[in-house]
Amino acid sequence: MKDNGNLFLPPGHSTIAPGTDALFDFIYYTSIVFFAIVVFVIVYSVWRFRPWGFKGYLRLFIIPKDALEIKVTGQRWFWSFDYPDGATSVNDLVVPVGKPVKLLMSSKDVIHSFFVPSFRIKMDVLPNRYTMTWFEATDTGAYDLFCTEYCGAKHSSMIGKVRVVGEREYAQWLESSSKAGEGMPVEDYGAKLYAQKACITCHSVDGKASTGPTFLGLFGEQVKLEGGGTATVDENYLRESILSPQARIALGYQPVMPTFQGVLKDKQIDALIAYIKSLKESGSK
Amino acid sequence: MDGIPAYNYLNTPKGWKSWLLTRDHKRIGLMYLFAIMFFFLIGGIFALLIRIQLLTPNQALVKPETYNQLFTLHGAVMIFLFIIPSIPASLGNFVLPQLLGAKDVAFPRLNLASWYIYVVGALFLIYSMFSGAADTGWTFYTPYSTQTTTSVIATTLGVFILGFSSIFTGLNFIVTIHKLRAPGMTWFSMPLFCWGLYATAIIQVLATPVLGITLVLLILERLFSIGIFDPAMGGDPVLYQHFFWFYSHPAVYIMILPGMGIISETISVFSHKKIFGYKAIAFSSLGIAFVSFMVWGHHMFTSGQSEIAAMIFSFLTFLVGIPSGIKVFNWLATMYKGSISLAAPMIYTIMFLILFSIGGLTGIVLGALSVNVHMHGTYFVVAHFHYVMMGGTVMAFLAGLHYWWPKIWGRLYSEFWARVGALLIFIGFNMTFFSQFILGAKGMPRRYSTYLDQYQPLHGFSSVGSFVLGAGFVVMAVYLIYSLFRGRPAGNNPWGGLTLEWTTTSPPPPENFIETPKITHGPYDYDKVIADNG
Repeated sequence: MKDNGNLFLPPGHSTIAPGTDALFDFIYYTSIVFFAIVVFVIVYSVWRFRPWGFKGYLRLFIIPKDALEIKVTGQRWFWSFDYPDGATSVNDLVVPVGKPVKLLMSSKDVIHSFFVPSFRIKMDVLPNRYTMTWFEATDTGAYDLFCTEYCGAKHSSMIGKVRVVGEREYAQWLESSSKAGEGMPVEDYGAKLYAQKACITCHSVDGKASTGPTFLGLFGEQVKLEGGGTATVDENYLRESILSPQARIALGYQPVMPTFQGVLKDKQIDALIAYIKSLKESGSK
Repeated sequence: MDGIPAYNYLNTPKGWKSWLLTRDHKRIGLMYLFAIMFFFLIGGIFALLIRIQLLTPNQALVKPETYNQLFTLHGAVMIFLFIIPSIPASLGNFVLPQLLGAKDVAFPRLNLASWYIYVVGALFLIYSMFSGAADTGWTFYTPYSTQTTTSVIATTLGVFILGFSSIFTGLNFIVTIHKLRAPGMTWFSMPLFCWGLYATAIIQVLATPVLGITLVLLILERLFSIGIFDPAMGGDPVLYQHFFWFYSHPAVYIMILPGMGIISETISVFSHKKIFGYKAIAFSSLGIAFVSFMVWGHHMFTSGQSEIAAMIFSFLTFLVGIPSGIKVFNWLATMYKGSISLAAPMIYTIMFLILFSIGGLTGIVLGALSVNVHMHGTYFVVAHFHYVMMGGTVMAFLAGLHYWWPKIWGRLYSEFWARVGALLIFIGFNMTFFSQFILGAKGMPRRYSTYLDQYQPLHGFSSVGSFVLGAGFVVMAVYLIYSLFRGRPAGNNPWGGLTLEWTTTSPPPPENFIETPKITHGPYDYDKVIADNG
C-alpha cells in the first residue's frame, strides 16, 4: 500500500505511521467541523445583530419625514408642549399611537434632559439651541417622563406623563384643548390650570412652605419684598408675578420662577387669579 | 515597648513640630491618611443622610434644596478630598520609597507642600459648606453653576487648589521612580504597585491642569460674565462638559490605577506565587493611562454631540476593557494553583476582583450607544461608578491598608473582627448598589430628592444596605484603632512578602533602611525564595 501523504503530512513509511495519521485525521476533521460552526455563528451574529450597536444609535438621528412635530420647552421645573395647530399642554404630552413623533426641544434656562424610560429615548435639552429626538409609540397608555439632567431644587418634580392615545382620541383632545375652560366656573378652570400648568410644583394651596409662597390666603396680603419695600398682592401683582416673575420677589424666596409668557393665554391668567382669590376666602374662614 | 523597635519613624524625632515640619515621606503619608479618613467619614455621613432621605418617596428627611447640597457635597468630598488622594498620597507616599529601596521621595519638601496645599483646599471646601454649600452636583455643569446662588466659587476654588496638591504628588513620584530605585533594581524588577503609581502620576500631571483651567474659567464666568459657557452671551454650555470630562474621565483612572497596583501586590503575596504576566500588568497600566485621555466623550452621548464623535468615543471606550481584562485574567492566573491564605488583605483583594468585574462589565453596557441613551443619567450609572470606585478603588485601598497596617504601626489587628467587618461591607455594598442597577434600568433618574412610588421597594432595600455597609466601617474603625494600643507586635514581615519594605523593621526607622538594600531576588520570586519572617 502506497501512502502519498496529504496537505499536512509527508508520506508515512513505518508501522507507526498509519495509527498516528488516523488520529491526526480524526482531530483534523472534527476541528474543521467545530471551526465551521464557530465561524458560522460569528458571521451570522455579525449579520443578524448589527443594529444593536452603532445602527441602533444612528436610528435616533434619522427622523422620518412624515413625523408629527411637537415643540418641547424645558424650564425650571416643568415641560411645556406646543402642538402643530396651536394647542399647548404642560407636563402632559399627548401623542397618537403608531405615528412617528418628532420632538424639537430647547430650554429657557439651564440644561434639562428629556427621558421616557418606556421608549428608551433620552436627549439633553439646551438653552439657545435646538436638540431633537423622535419616537413611534407602539402601545397606548401613560408613560413616565423624567428630567434627567440635574436642574435645581425641584429637579425631581420636573416629571410628567406621555399619554399615547388612539388617532381619534388625539384629534378630540386637540379640539377640546382649544376650547378648555368653556362652560365651567372660572375658579374651577383656574384650579385645573394650577395643576395642569405645574404651579403645583412650587406653590401649595394648604399653607405649606415650598419653593414659592403658598397661595392660601395670599390674595390681599401685604408682602415684604427682596431689596426692601412692600407690595399688596392684588390682581396686577399676581399678573406681573406670572409674566415677569423676577420684577418683585417676595422676601425669603429665590428668584427662580420662570416666566409664563407664551405658556398661558390671557383667559388662563384671569382664571388663575380668580382661583388664587378664591383661596383667600376659604383660608380666612 | 515589647516587640516594637525602639528607634522608629513614629517616635524619632519627637514633638508636634517635628510632625508639622517633617520631610519624612512616612509621616507625610500618615498625615494624609488621617486627613482622607476624616473626609471619608464626612462623605460617608452625607451618603447615609441621602439614603435616609430616599427611604420613602416623599422627602423623608430634608427639603429638596438641602438634599441637592447633600449629594453635591457627598460627591465633591469623596472624589476630591478622599478618593483621588487616597491611595497615592497616603499608602503610596508611605510605601513607594520603601518598595524602591530608597530613603525618601525625590522632593521631600514638595511632598510636605502638597499636604499643606491639600489642607488649604480642604479648608475652602469646608468653608463653602458653611456659607451656602454648592448645589450643582460635583460636576458643576454650566449654565446651572453660573446661575445658582450657592457658594460655587469657594467650592471650585478649593478643588482648583487641591489640583496642585495632586500634581505635586504625581511629579514627585515620577522623579522618584526614575531616579531613586535601589542599585540593581531595573524597571522590570520594580513591584507592580510602583507601575500603578507611575501610570497614575502621568495622568495627574497631564490632566489636572485642564480641570484647573476649566474651573478658573467657571469662576471668571460667575464673577465677570465673560460668556464662555453662558448661552445668553453666545457661550456654549456643552463646551464646559468637554473641558470637565477631559480631566474627569482620566481622573477616574487616577482613582483606579493605584488600586490595581495594590491588588497586583497582595494577590501575589497571599497566593504565595509569582505574579502571572508581570509585563502585561505593567504595560496595561500605561495602556489604560493612554486610552483614558481619549474617551471623555462617552459622558456626552445624549448632550447633542455629533453621531460620528459618539461612535468613535464608544469604540475607544470599549478599548479600555482590553487592558482591564488583561489585568483581571493575570490576577486570576496568579491565584490559580497558588497557596492561598485568606488573611484580611486577601479577603479585600477577592472582594475587589468580584466587585470591580461587575463595575467594569457594566461599563461596557454604558459604553454601548443606544443602551447608554436609556441608561444615561439614571441610577444605573450611579451603581456602575460605585462598583468601580467603591467596589474597586476603596476595596483595593482597604486591601492595601490592611496589608501595610502592620508596617505602618508595627502592630497587627484582629483577623476575626477584620472578617466580620469585611463581610458586613460586602453584603451591605451589594445590597446598596446592586439594587441601583435595577432601579436605573427601570428608569429612576439620579439626583432626585423625591421619586415615584413604583421605585420605593428598591430604594428602601438600597437604604437598608447602606446601613449595613456603614456598620461594617464602624467595626473596621474600632478594631483598627484598638490594634494601635493592644495589637500584637507584627515583626518585620508578617505576611511573608518579598518586596523591600518587609526587610526593614515595623515601624521602619526614619530613613527606612539601616543599610542601602541589595536586590538579590525579584519582588515575586516565591518559587525561588523563602521569605524571612523575622
